[in-house]
Amino acid sequence: MTALWTWLIEPLQYAFMLRGLLAVIMVGVVCAVVGSFVVLRGMAFLGDALAHAILPGVAIGYLVSGGARGALFWWGLGAAVLTALGIGAIGKGSQVKEDTAIGIIFAGMFALGIALISSVRSYAVDLSHFLFGDVLGVAARDLWLTGVFGVIVLFIILALYKEFTVLSFDPVLVVTLRMPATLLHYLLLVLIALAIVVSLQTVGVALMVAMLVTPAATAFLLTRRLSRMIALAALIGSSSGIIGLYLSYYISIASGAAIVLVCTGFFLLALLFAPQRGLLWRKSA
Amino acid sequence: MKFQNPAWKTIFIHPEAHDAGAPILEVAGLNVRYNGYMALEEVSFRLNRGERLAVVGPNGAGKSTLFKVIAGVMAPTTGQVKVAGGSPGRHICIAYVPQRTQVDWTFPVTVAAAVMMGRFGKIGLLRRPGRQDREYVRECLNVVGMTNLAGRQIGELSGGQQQRMFIARALAQEAELMLMDEPLTGLDVPAQEDIFRVLETLRARGVTVMVATHDLHQAAERFDRVMLLRYRLLGLGLPGEVFTTANLQQAYGGHLHLIQAENGVLAVSDTCCTGEPA
Repeated sequence: MTALWTWLIEPLQYAFMLRGLLAVIMVGVVCAVVGSFVVLRGMAFLGDALAHAILPGVAIGYLVSGGARGALFWWGLGAAVLTALGIGAIGKGSQVKEDTAIGIIFAGMFALGIALISSVRSYAVDLSHFLFGDVLGVAARDLWLTGVFGVIVLFIILALYKEFTVLSFDPVLVVTLRMPATLLHYLLLVLIALAIVVSLQTVGVALMVAMLVTPAATAFLLTRRLSRMIALAALIGSSSGIIGLYLSYYISIASGAAIVLVCTGFFLLALLFAPQRGLLWRKSA
Repeated sequence: MKFQNPAWKTIFIHPEAHDAGAPILEVAGLNVRYNGYMALEEVSFRLNRGERLAVVGPNGAGKSTLFKVIAGVMAPTTGQVKVAGGSPGRHICIAYVPQRTQVDWTFPVTVAAAVMMGRFGKIGLLRRPGRQDREYVRECLNVVGMTNLAGRQIGELSGGQQQRMFIARALAQEAELMLMDEPLTGLDVPAQEDIFRVLETLRARGVTVMVATHDLHQAAERFDRVMLLRYRLLGLGLPGEVFTTANLQQAYGGHLHLIQAENGVLAVSDTCCTGEPA
């Protein structure tokens, strides 16, 4: 018992681990709550695209601030909100199908971001932080920003919970009830963008979609109530963050990848063993 | 899907009061063009309060389009729709009951919560449903005979129950005009009879109902008037006047086989496999 305790406590003597833990807990909750709506509305690809498409914004911030980290959050935020609104407009009168258009823009923006970052000598380390996250490099200031914006996101979702629910279930009903459907759609995109920016440093753009989608999809398999699904997703997201961080500490693997792998592990467990819906359950029934 | 969204304009505007003298629905010179082809052409008609109308036509004839335009979900290319004297975008009393196949039945929501969604227009932005709303939902479920299923996840319902749940949702919306997209398709006879019983209750409450259906016989037997649609309005009136051999052949073309039976013409339609109408 004491051995386990020591095992748990030991990493926490480092301030960077403590900050990392707080960061992954907040990110896990925020991404899972927003991600529940992403899963229910079938927007996983859109979320992935959005995460990648903010890279040029972050890159410009990186260039203008000469590699300093402080301003990156705000550049990322600006880029994410702009991209969210731009992606929302895709498909309205476009020449190609919506997912094709998203694919083109997402890859193009991503390439632009990499190109911009690569113009700085010795960019490789920073690029990998943008792509895969650097949770152990989270500063106290970043924690505050994550906390403040995370609370804003959660508050908006709580306030408009019934609106987002009906938007996800039946968009036609939203219109016949004369609720502001377009406004809600864009607002949800902006909330996804905020969740992405808040999580940028923790998991990076390449793995972002996993934080949005995997805990929510796992919770979807485990319950049939939306409120429980969201709560469970938040629990899964944040505990994946904690477990992933410990794994990364003890077996020396990249923290972002470790967190996502834990999420994936939870999902596979749910897929196999979820009551009634799990694959094993169905076979034996 | 793409839809017209009047909500930007109406976000701070309360729904219009009804003009009691106006018919519940008046459609004039309606044209809808989709990607260059006409989905609806010069459709004009009016409906009286409490009426029950069957809308019949082959697949792709524009039934769903007509419903979406009336519901204010889609904008007409030209022409006008008036619901109780006002434009549909200003009313929350029009309910669109979707086809069952268009709904995500795995969505994590209970029957009562799905019906509660109909109340959201009345409850308003940012507010939560209260005790009165919950009582209203119970009453709506009672009307469709589903109070005992309130706590079920929607995916656990039978086809007929799913359909009645959506009618309950339309009731919760306090809809006065209900547009039902093929509510009877794929249901067995007892389930269809349950729906007809609910339709009787709606009539007693003065609710006007438009039902898209493929079943000519049912349309003729169980509705006040019938509408025959194929891009154009081929007929609207009593079944005997509308379902003439000439009209039906115009509607269904080569896919309809008319058989002379003892008590009139029996129409056998075959539109399941055509895709785009000929």
